[in-house]
Amino acid sequence: MNLQQAKFEYLLRLGDSSLIIGHRLSEWCGHGPILEEDIALINIALDFVGNATSLLGYAAQVEGKGRTEDDLAYLRGEREYRNLLITEQPNGDYAATIVRQFLYDTYTFFLYEELKSSKDETIAAIAVKSHKEITYHLRHTTQWMLRLGDGTAESHQRLQTALNELWMFTSELFDMDEVDRLLINEGIAADLDKVKAAWEKRVNEVITEATLLLPVTNIKQKGSREGKHSEHLGFLLAEMQYIPRSFPGSKW
Amino acid sequence: MDDTKQLEQFEAKIAAGLKIEPKDWMPEAYRKQLIRMMSQHAHSEIVGMLPEGNWITRAPSLRRKAILLAKVQDEAGHGLYLYSATETLGVNRSELLEQLHSGKAKYSSIFNYPTLTWADIGAIGWLVDGAAIMNQTALARGSYGPYSRAMVRICKEESFHNRQGYEIMMNLAQGTPEQKEMAQDAFNRWWWPSIMMLGPSDDKSPNSDQLMRWKVKMESNDAIRQRFIDRTVPQAEFIGLKVPDKDLKFNEVTGHYEHGPINWEEFFDVIKGNGPCNAKRIKDRSEADKKGAWVREAATAYAAKQAKEKVIA
Repeated sequence: MNLQQAKFEYLLRLGDSSLIIGHRLSEWCGHGPILEEDIALINIALDFVGNATSLLGYAAQVEGKGRTEDDLAYLRGEREYRNLLITEQPNGDYAATIVRQFLYDTYTFFLYEELKSSKDETIAAIAVKSHKEITYHLRHTTQWMLRLGDGTAESHQRLQTALNELWMFTSELFDMDEVDRLLINEGIAADLDKVKAAWEKRVNEVITEATLLLPVTNIKQKGSREGKHSEHLGFLLAEMQYIPRSFPGSKW
Repeated sequence: MDDTKQLEQFEAKIAAGLKIEPKDWMPEAYRKQLIRMMSQHAHSEIVGMLPEGNWITRAPSLRRKAILLAKVQDEAGHGLYLYSATETLGVNRSELLEQLHSGKAKYSSIFNYPTLTWADIGAIGWLVDGAAIMNQTALARGSYGPYSRAMVRICKEESFHNRQGYEIMMNLAQGTPEQKEMAQDAFNRWWWPSIMMLGPSDDKSPNSDQLMRWKVKMESNDAIRQRFIDRTVPQAEFIGLKVPDKDLKFNEVTGHYEHGPINWEEFFDVIKGNGPCNAKRIKDRSEADKKGAWVREAATAYAAKQAKEKVIA
C-alpha cells in the first residue's frame, strides 16, 4: 500500500462515518420529541453532510480517477463503505440516538482535535472547521446524556439500556491497521491510542455524572475497515442511493 | 377608559400605520383572529416539514441533500418563531399543539398532498413557497408587531426556498427525457393545489371590512392569487413546462393571466380532512409528540433537580 492509497482509504473512513451518521440523524426530521430538538438534529445532520462532502471530495481528488464526492457517496456498495459500525445503527428511541451520538461525538471531538495538526493541509483545514461544529454537537449530546440519565426513572432506564446495547460497537473506534500506521508515520493521521485515552476519560466522567453504569461486556463488534458491516447498512444505502442508481448518468 | 374609547384609539393607531404590541389593548376579536391565523401558520410550517423531510434521505446529490436539510431546518425555525409570536397573545404552545393533534386546528391544505418523486421537492419550493411568499409579503405589512416582524424575516428565507425549488425544476426540465417528464408530472400535480392554497375566491370568502381595517388581512385571496399566477406562468414557460390549465390565457387589456375554473370542491374536501395525506400527517405529528413525552418529562425533571441544587448550594 502506498501513501496515496492509504490516504484515500483514510478519507473514506472519516467521510463515510459522517455521511452515514448524518443520514441517521436526518431520519428524525419532523419526528423529534420537541420542536427545538428537530431543529438541533437537522442542524447537526447538515454539519455531517457538509463534512462528508469535503472529505469525500478530497478523497476523490486524492484517488485521481475522475470520480466526484457524489460518485463516492452514491455509487459504492455496502462492501466498499468504510463507516464505523456505530454510525449505521438504527435510531431506536431518543435514548439510543443520544447515546450513539454522544459516544461518536466524544470520539470525533478528540480525533479532529488531533487532525487539526495533520501535516496534510486539506485534512487539517477540514478538521479545524469541523472541530468547531463538533464542539457544539458534543455539548448538545452531553447535556442530553445528563438530562435523560438523571431525569426520570424511565429515561434513566432507557438510557442505560441504550448504552449497554451500543457499547459493543465502541472498541472498533480505536482499531488501527496498516493505513493508520503508515499515515501516523507521515504525521497525517491521528494516533487512536491517544484518542482512546481521552475518550475513555470523558465518557466515564459523563456516565458517572449521568448516574449511569459503565457497561461490562466482552463483545466487540468490528469489521468496518474491511467493509464488513451490520445488516442495517444495505437498507440505508438502498434508500440513499436509489435515484442516482435508477437514472445512471443524470445530473440533479 | 371605556371600551369604545380604547377601540377608537386602537383603530387610530392602526390607521396611522403604527404596530400593535403584545401589552397594548386590543379587541377580543382581533386577538382571536390573530391566534387563529398565526397558529395555523405555525402548524403549516411544522406539518410542512413532513412532505419535504420525506425526501431528505433520498436526495440525489450531497449538495441537494444539504440544501434540503437547510430548508427544512428553516421551516422548523419558522414554526418555533411563530409559536413564540402566538404565545404573546396569551396562549401557550402545548395548547396549540393539542388543537393540531385533535384536528381542531387547521393548517395549509397543500401539505395534505403527497411528495411522490424528487421533482415534487422542486415543485414545492417553486410553487408552494412561491405562493406563500405572495401571501406573507402582504402580511408583513400587518398591524400586529410580533407577527409582521416574523413575516419580514420568514419572507427572506422563503425567497431562498423559492429559488432552490425553481433551480431543481429548471435542472430537471433541461435534463433527460425522463427527468423532464418527472418535472412536468410534478408541476401538473402541484399547480392547482398551489393556486387553491391561497384560499377561497372572494365571492366565497367575503373579506370582513373590519379585518382589513385592522390590518389583520391585507389583501383579498383573489388579488394574491392573481399576482402569483402572473409571476409563475412566465417562469414555467421559460423552462419549457406546460401549465396544466387548458383555459389559461393572457389578457392583453388587463395585463393579467386568466385561469380556468378552480375545483373548489376538492379544496373544501381537503380542508375537511379528506385529502390524500390528512390522516397520515396528523398521525405522524401526534405520534412524534407521544413518543417524545418521556423525553420532555425527563428534561423537566432534570431541570427541577438542577434548580433545587442551585438553591441548596
